[in-house]
Amino acid sequence: MKVLLSGNEAVARGAYESGVAFASAYPGTPSTEILENIVQYDEIYAEWSPNEKVALDAAIGAAYAGKRALAAMKHVGLNVAAEALFYSSHTGFDGGLVIVSADDPGMHSSQNEQDNRHYAKFAKVPMLEPTDSQEAKDFVGLGLEISEKFDTPVLLRLSTRICHSSALVELGERKAIEDDRKPFARNPAKYSMIPGFARRRHPVMEQRLKDLAEYAETFPCNNVEWGDRSLGVVANGVSYQYAREVFPDASFLRLGMSWPLPGELIGDFASKVDKVVVVEELDPFLEEHLKMMGIEVAAGKDFFPILDEFNPGIVRDAAHEAGLVDETVEVQKIDVGELPPRPPVLCAGCPHRPVYYMLKKYGLVVDSDIGCYALAVLPPIATTDTLGCMGASIGVAHGINKAGVEERAVATIGDSTLWHAGMPGLLNVVYNKSNTVTIILDNLTTAMTGHQPHPSTGRTLKGEETVKGDFEALAQAMGYQEVRTVDPLNLKDLEEALKASLDSNEPAVVVTRSPCIFLYDERPALHYVDLERCNACGRCFEIGCPAVIRSDEIHAKSGKAKAEINSILCFGCAVCEQVCARNAIHMVEE
Amino acid sequence: METMNFALVGVGGQGVLLASDILAEVGVQAGFDVKKSEVHGMAQRGGSVLSQVRWGDKVYAPLVGKGEVDFLVSFELLEGLRWLELLKKGGIAIVNDQRLPPLAVSSGGMEYPSQERIDKALSQASKEYHIVPALAKAQELGTERATNVVLLGALSNHLDVAEEHWLKVVEERVPKKYVELNRKAFAAGREL
Repeated sequence: MKVLLSGNEAVARGAYESGVAFASAYPGTPSTEILENIVQYDEIYAEWSPNEKVALDAAIGAAYAGKRALAAMKHVGLNVAAEALFYSSHTGFDGGLVIVSADDPGMHSSQNEQDNRHYAKFAKVPMLEPTDSQEAKDFVGLGLEISEKFDTPVLLRLSTRICHSSALVELGERKAIEDDRKPFARNPAKYSMIPGFARRRHPVMEQRLKDLAEYAETFPCNNVEWGDRSLGVVANGVSYQYAREVFPDASFLRLGMSWPLPGELIGDFASKVDKVVVVEELDPFLEEHLKMMGIEVAAGKDFFPILDEFNPGIVRDAAHEAGLVDETVEVQKIDVGELPPRPPVLCAGCPHRPVYYMLKKYGLVVDSDIGCYALAVLPPIATTDTLGCMGASIGVAHGINKAGVEERAVATIGDSTLWHAGMPGLLNVVYNKSNTVTIILDNLTTAMTGHQPHPSTGRTLKGEETVKGDFEALAQAMGYQEVRTVDPLNLKDLEEALKASLDSNEPAVVVTRSPCIFLYDERPALHYVDLERCNACGRCFEIGCPAVIRSDEIHAKSGKAKAEINSILCFGCAVCEQVCARNAIHMVEE
Repeated sequence: METMNFALVGVGGQGVLLASDILAEVGVQAGFDVKKSEVHGMAQRGGSVLSQVRWGDKVYAPLVGKGEVDFLVSFELLEGLRWLELLKKGGIAIVNDQRLPPLAVSSGGMEYPSQERIDKALSQASKEYHIVPALAKAQELGTERATNVVLLGALSNHLDVAEEHWLKVVEERVPKKYVELNRKAFAAGREL
């Protein structure tokens, strides 16, 4: 039976069909739906781990124990998990292990667009790259077979357009895996990487790469499709699909295994076509390899952009520029004028908003982190000075404070992000004694990726009840004397807690705790503006809430628009009511 | 058959993604190869949303670039203008007559495009465009959530696919208690 599946759904199905017993991940766009779909299969143990490093360690453990395992993460998650990738490349496993890296060319929802093919070469492990959902499913099984045959982790590299595009997929049955509990196959010389043992593993890895390169020559998804031999296109992943549209008659070498590369196959293909072009998103990974082999590349990164993701239009325009195709698609010139942008914004009622409103008021340096609250970088809130990666906020704020600036630097970090990578930074502040105030924005969920549970929600991915991690106790255990908890929707309490923390001039933690609005069954209240009382002072606009809008009524003296509350968007958080100096905003009485 | 390219655009929360799921599945029912592409993540937070669907004998790329879309279905007027460049020469635009002013308009200083500007741009881009009261039709039926199915009904008039395929997929994709309402929404769309 064929069904439409996204690449992520297909990977989940592939894990099921190929007998995966253990799957772990930390949520991250564009990879999140892999585990969200795997969870439907009772045969697979699945978990949200606190971060990608832990997810990969755990999957490695399951593979040591002889089970087939899968760990999934976004591209930058593999940076977090890199250490585990490198040691596991030395050890190999009893069971197969596939590590999914979902790259984000175009940075739809990421801080960079790094090309994770480099990790395969770097860690000396094979990498597979599907071109559609069918292959995304099939390559999980193929990857596990390669993993078991060559005693290596296998990287499965997806991209946003593979993860979030749907195509028809032929479904199969789950491979029968014997489920007998076996004793753990103890082998410290293989699994314990002290220098003496690691030195013995390194030559094994080098030989493995040679064996894999030989295997790559006949790997069925490194395939040549002969067409017109005046042009030979080398392509990988979704770029292959775009190139297929742009060069319908050309010959193709599609590389489904992007590391190690099949030298003979590439050389043979290049020798049989007049001109070789390489179409690949992001870095010139294949192109450099071809050039190193002495193959002349007629068009590579000099035409096909190194920046951003591709689409057929971009590939066609580049091909036209390179003189490879005669025609481009005519884009109509339409005068739409300047259009107001519609970036994503913090929701009306979001409990993060008042925190930034207050930080802006104090003129603090704000070092922030990864989550919905990254939206506070942009107007209308525009109250973030630095934002790097998961967990960076606290370390950076500590460094700025130690370096000494006129303003104080504070860190803002979400609940799930604190568990993920914030703890060592939090410890550093108190251990090395800076007066950094860390604000833990606890909205009781992993909001940005779609409300996944995390270690202080009391729930697991499988929906089981579990312990709730305690930020306040954690901070106290680390040695913090200044620990406060506050409801951020109460501006007076919030201000007092921030002020007391700053005034203490000690390492301090403020937990601002209020649920994400998506955790409510219905909105608590609705507010309105009493236009008689409103004097158009504009204070409520400073909050930057999408529900607080300019009304058509103009205040006679100032000539400014009075405020109005959009009754569809308003969530009833009452923050605008608290900032209004005229007592003009009230709750609608039911 | 020439591959047919659809772009569905609107604002996060308007039901664009469900509509594109339905459109993709209808293509499968009608016997086409189908691909669909969308971007999740930040788009949920009230941002601009684009989903593309392609039907054909054999579809390679899951999306197309500017100037290649046959049907642009916009759930909102401003978003219709924003994505107009996707439309191919001779393509058809179906635009829901709804204004959702973004923050830059509602509390910032920017202007929402005037009706005149909208009409002018649409007429420049497309020899056939339809501004339809899909929201009003859905509200008449009792819920604005059915706006997406009204728009699919309006789109279906331009496609040579049997109504039964559409209704079957709509039935499969919406909650049971809303099936009848969505059947009516689809019929209302076909009359637009």
